[in-house]
This record gives sequence, structure tokens and C-alpha cells, in this order.
Amino acid sequence: MTTGTTYPWAVGYVAGDRPQIVTDRFQYEDSYTLARYEATGGYDGLKAALAKAPSEVHDDVRGATVLGRGGAGFPAGIKWGLMPEGVYPRYLVVNGDESEPGTYKDRLLMERDPHQLIEGCLIAAYAVGLSQVFLYIRGEMALAQERVGVALNEAYAAGYVGKNILGSDLSVDIVLHWGAGAYVVGEETALIESLEGKRGEPRLKPPYFPAAIGLYGKPTIVNNVETLSNLPWILRNGPEAYGEIGTETSPGTRMLAVSGHVKRPGVFEIINGSTTFRDVIYGEEFAGGIRDDNDLKAFVPGGGSAPWFLPDQLDLPFEGRPVGAAGSMLGSGAIMVMDSTTDIPAAALTLTRFYAHESCGQCTPCREGASWLERILRRVVDGEGTRRDLAMLVEAGSTICPGDFPHAASERLGLEASPFPYKMTTICFVGPSAYAPVHSALTLFPEEFADRVAPNGDGHAPIPVTVTSSAGGAS
Amino acid sequence: MSRLNDANLSLAREIIARYPRPRSAMIPLLHLSQEQNGYVTEEAMAHIAELVDVTSAEVYGTATFYEMFKFHPVGRYVVNICGTLSCALLGAGELIHRAEETLGVRAGGTTDDGLITLEQAECQAACTEAPCLQVNYRFRYRVTPDELDQLIADLRAGSLTDEIPPHGTLARTRQQIPADRWVRPVAPEETTAAPAWMPAPEETSS
Ligand SMILES: Cc1cc2nc3c(=O)[nH]c(=O)nc-3n(C[C@H](O)[C@H](O)[C@H](O)COP(=O)(O)O)c2cc1C
Ligand code: SF4
Repeated sequence: MTTGTTYPWAVGYVAGDRPQIVTDRFQYEDSYTLARYEATGGYDGLKAALAKAPSEVHDDVRGATVLGRGGAGFPAGIKWGLMPEGVYPRYLVVNGDESEPGTYKDRLLMERDPHQLIEGCLIAAYAVGLSQVFLYIRGEMALAQERVGVALNEAYAAGYVGKNILGSDLSVDIVLHWGAGAYVVGEETALIESLEGKRGEPRLKPPYFPAAIGLYGKPTIVNNVETLSNLPWILRNGPEAYGEIGTETSPGTRMLAVSGHVKRPGVFEIINGSTTFRDVIYGEEFAGGIRDDNDLKAFVPGGGSAPWFLPDQLDLPFEGRPVGAAGSMLGSGAIMVMDSTTDIPAAALTLTRFYAHESCGQCTPCREGASWLERILRRVVDGEGTRRDLAMLVEAGSTICPGDFPHAASERLGLEASPFPYKMTTICFVGPSAYAPVHSALTLFPEEFADRVAPNGDGHAPIPVTVTSSAGGAS
Repeated sequence: MSRLNDANLSLAREIIARYPRPRSAMIPLLHLSQEQNGYVTEEAMAHIAELVDVTSAEVYGTATFYEMFKFHPVGRYVVNICGTLSCALLGAGELIHRAEETLGVRAGGTTDDGLITLEQAECQAACTEAPCLQVNYRFRYRVTPDELDQLIADLRAGSLTDEIPPHGTLARTRQQIPADRWVRPVAPEETTAAPAWMPAPEETSS
């Protein structure tokens, strides 16, 4: 029996008996309206911020250690401090491009509580002097665009956004913008390129760290929707209260989606740091266990880019360091669960196909390597592969990520973990992400491939993958 | 004709004015033109090029990067069925197969009557509601093959016209910035001074 409360208007979300910092208003059907927002503490965080000096607000956010929720987990307060001193204008670009496989949380936050996000943007703008905000929503999210648009119209009319906000010196526009379908645009420098009206191709870092050289070459903060949605609560309740939830290194809560072969797939706001994968997959207040009481075969712990975990890793907590040491990453809060019936090579193929399809084509290892990975894996899945194909998968993968690739430990295989991260020859993580599922599947389930391929085989042509990147290697 | 019409032209000017650089409005304007015509025409791209002061080739180069922009007519309804892992684990393959059978087209194709275009899509941020699909970017969750058939029947019967606008329309309410509250875009070359609410540097050192 699973416990927790669901609401027909917040599809997928499951409320629980624990602190709900960013999802508390989901209980109200009209949570996206200004009236409900104001009746439930809305814009009080902004008012509290305006009563302080900007640097004090920055200190509050730094003190709360709000880890970025977009994937990299970098603390927001520290990121804000990386902008070169005294250089203006500075911009804020909100990353609402949510499209990492398995990830479903930012869309809910935008659809169900757009004012919370708007308030978070204003707090950030006030704290570090951001002159204009661009709220970039994924193109395929029509309802989120609608809800955020209506909320902005209400907020402008009520004096929360625009000139002299609430009679203060704070004057900032928030411009609603949306994309047009390209996963790689979620990468922060690609997001900036796209917002400049260009193809969404990631820029090289260095030198293009957004905090230094961002939108129009100016200092720019890119933050995820969930990251910013935490700020109103922190300003209302103080960083100490935030620190009382979760652990010292991972305070507060975080949202995550558990999908795949579980009894109750759902989006949960969990206590950060201390909650374990076993809790969220098996706990009655969470996903409630594997469907049909099957055995768990493997799970993706942090979005499609993350190397896979086995039942061996269930007791790891949502804490970046141990998860990295165990061979994967927390990423975007997306857990995809595969039960004993899963065809592992086929599951890996759906993810590799995704990244191959989304490659922007700038780096040769990603453009060519990912499509070769897809093609070879497809013929293995179709039963037309050979042993040689398996070696070719590894060969193609090593052109993208030379050296050891992270993977989980397996007692069954007598395998020790290889820690995160990896080396890479590409500009961004799309190339490596195409390899991650292939590598995990091959390493953790070798028998499923052995059964599938013809024993000998020089039948297939070698892969012409070029080792050097046309755009130069970044890491 | 398939340049932006007068109403959309004035909207386009409003949108351009919100950005520090006109070119930043390119994707919003491409959406506007797709909303007007159902797809992005060459004339519309030429018009947008004029409006944001770049060449047509630059508009084309940008537009073709993005999957949502169509350069030839598509159905009034574009049905996107997700095929990424969470959906694949819970029956997306079967759903796509059924859609191809019922519609009589392969993924990527449009029905003969021009009503429905079928596409296999990637992760739609609804992974807990697998398998899922979108019709003109409006969601349907945990769809069974029979429910899919019903959806197609409803689309054909025209009973969803209120709920689902024709392909090209995303949010139906636009952002409106009242003139008296509008700060105006802050251009990168415009100012090097700190904004009004930031104390002078010597005061911030603590
Ligand atoms: C290929 C790729 C796709 C990404 N997609 C997203 C995304 O959809 N949303 C997001 O917030 N961050 C995404 N990120 C992470 C962003 O680059 C960036 O780290 C993040 O938006 C920063 O916000 P945060 O510090 O608040 O997490 C992506 C990164 C990569 C490499
Ligand atoms: S790794 Fe792939 S997606 Fe990323 S910049 Fe290189 S080619 Fe583009």
C-alpha cells in the first residue's frame, strides 16, 4: 500500500508528510493564480529581500547552499559570486528547457507555481544586480508557457515586476521566451546562443563561462527553474531553517521523478542528502516497490546521461560525493527503474538513440561516434550483431571518452566501482551521454550481449571514427 | 501573403522591442509565423530576416536547427508519441505501432486528408505518466492503444477543436508588458554602471 496524497490537477505529483519547500502550493487547484499565491505567503520573500541590502540577500542564498538542480549541483550563491566585480549589465537566464530523459519537475513548477519562480528571479536580480531576466521555457511546453505568461501579466499589473518594484529602486523586466525543440539547448552556453537568435550549439568553456562571458558577452547567471523556486522560501524562513532540512552538504529538499517499472511512478519532493535510492524506489510514501513484485534489475539514478546503478547501490543517499564515488551522478533528479523483464541492450538503445539524435554536430567524436554507437547497438539488438560489434562499441565510446569510464560495482560480477567523472574529447556532455548507457549495459550485463551476438564475426566494416575533435577538445 | 500579417507584424515589433538585440527575437517570430501559417514559409523567413536585420540564410540556418519548425505543410494536428526510455519501458513501441496502423502512415508522415501528422518524439517531461504523447504540444498521459484510437477518432470528428488549437499555436495568452511598468531592454553596450538598487562598490565591501 502506498501512502501520500495526489491531486488531479498536478498530474504525477505525490505529496508526503515531510517538508515541501517548492511544492507546498500544489495542494490548491488554483495554485498558479496571483490570488492564491498572495494568500499563501507569496511575494513575502521578495519583500523580505527588499528590506535588506542586496549583499545580505546574496549572503542568505550563499548561506543556504542551494545546490543547482539543473544537473551539475553547483551552489547558486557561489555561482553568483563568480561574476567579475563591477561589470554591468548582468543578465539572468532561467533554464526551463527540461528535456533530460526521465526528468519531470521543472514543468510542474512552471505550470503549478509560476509566481514562485518569478519571485525567485526577482530575488536573484536584486541580490547580484541582474538588469534583465529572460525566462527560457522549453518549446514543447504549451501549458507552462501559458501559465508563466499569465502569471507575468498579473505580476506586472500588480507592481511585482517591472519599474520600481513595490516602490523600491529595483527595476527589472522578465521576458518570457521559449525554445523550439532541441535538447542540447538546455546546456547553458547553448541556451545563451539560442537566446541570441542562433543555432543552439554549446560554446567552449573556457573561455565562455556564462558568469564571465555570457549573453551578449556580458556576465550572465543561468539557473534552473527548481533552483530559483527555492529562493522565496529561503528569504521568508531564513537560511538556518533551510539548513535544518537535509544534510550539511545537501541541505533542503529536492524534487525527483521516479519512472519506469515501479508500482507508483511519481514526482516527489524528498529531503535532500539523507534520503536513499531504496527509500524512493521501495518506500511506501514514494514509488512503493517494483511492479508485480518483480526483482529490480537496474536503475538510472540521475537522468539519461547518468551511468546506471544496480540493486547493489540502493542504499546510497542523495549526496553527490558518494554517488560520484560509486560511479554515477545525481544529475537532474530522474530515476528510471528497470525490472527483471527488461531487455537491457534495447533499453540502452533508446537512450543512445536519443543522444545521437540530439547531437549538434560540432564535435566529430560526438557527431560520428554517437551515430555509430546507435547503429552498432541497433544491429546487436536486432540479433544481427557479432562479437566484433561489441568491441566496436567500446572503441567508438573511447573516442568520445578516452580512458576509464565510470561504472557501478557489482557483487554478482565481482566488479569494483570506477568513479565519476570521465575524460572527454567533446565540448559538452551530449557525446559522453550517448556512450554512458552503452557502457553501463555492456559492463553490468555482459551476458545479455553475449547471448545476443554471433560468436565470430569479421562481417562488419570497421568504424571510421576520427579521434580528434574538429572544434578542439574541452574537458 | 505568408509574410506576417498586419496584426502579427505589430506583435512582432512589440516582441523585438523587448530584447537588447533584435536577433534574439528570431525564435519567437518564427513561432509567430508558424502560428499564422501552420508551418514556416520562405516568405516568412525573408520577412523575419528584414525585421531582425539579418540575412534570410541566417534565419534559415537558425530555424533548421530546431525540431518544432516545419518547412512544409503538416497536419492540423501533429501527434508526437514519446519513445524514450521511461515510455519505451511501458509500451511506447506498441503505441507507435498502433498509431501507424490506424492512421495508415509511418512516423514522420501526414494522413492523405492532411489532418494528422504522426511523429515519434523524444522525452516530453512526463516520464511518470508513461506512455505519453502530445497533440500540438498538449499532453495525453498513460495512453493505451485503444485510447489512442479514440483520440484519433475524436480528432477526425472535430470534437477537440476547442481544446487543441491548430498546429503552430502554443500559449494562447501572450505576455503583455504595460507601458508604464516597462523598464525596457538593457543593451550590453548601454551602460557599465551598476543598476539603481545596487549600492556603490565601496559600500558593498564587507
Ligand atoms: C546537454 C545538456 C543539457 C542540459 N539540459 C538542462 C536543462 O534542460 N535544464 C537545466 O536546468 N539544466 C540543464 N543542463 C545544465 C545546464 O548547463 C546548467 O548547468 C544549469 O542550467 C545551471 O543551473 P543550476 O546551477 O541552477 O542547476 C544541461 C546540461 C547539458 C550538458
Ligand atoms: S558534444 Fe555533441 S552536442 Fe555537445 S557540442 Fe559537441 S557535437 Fe554538440
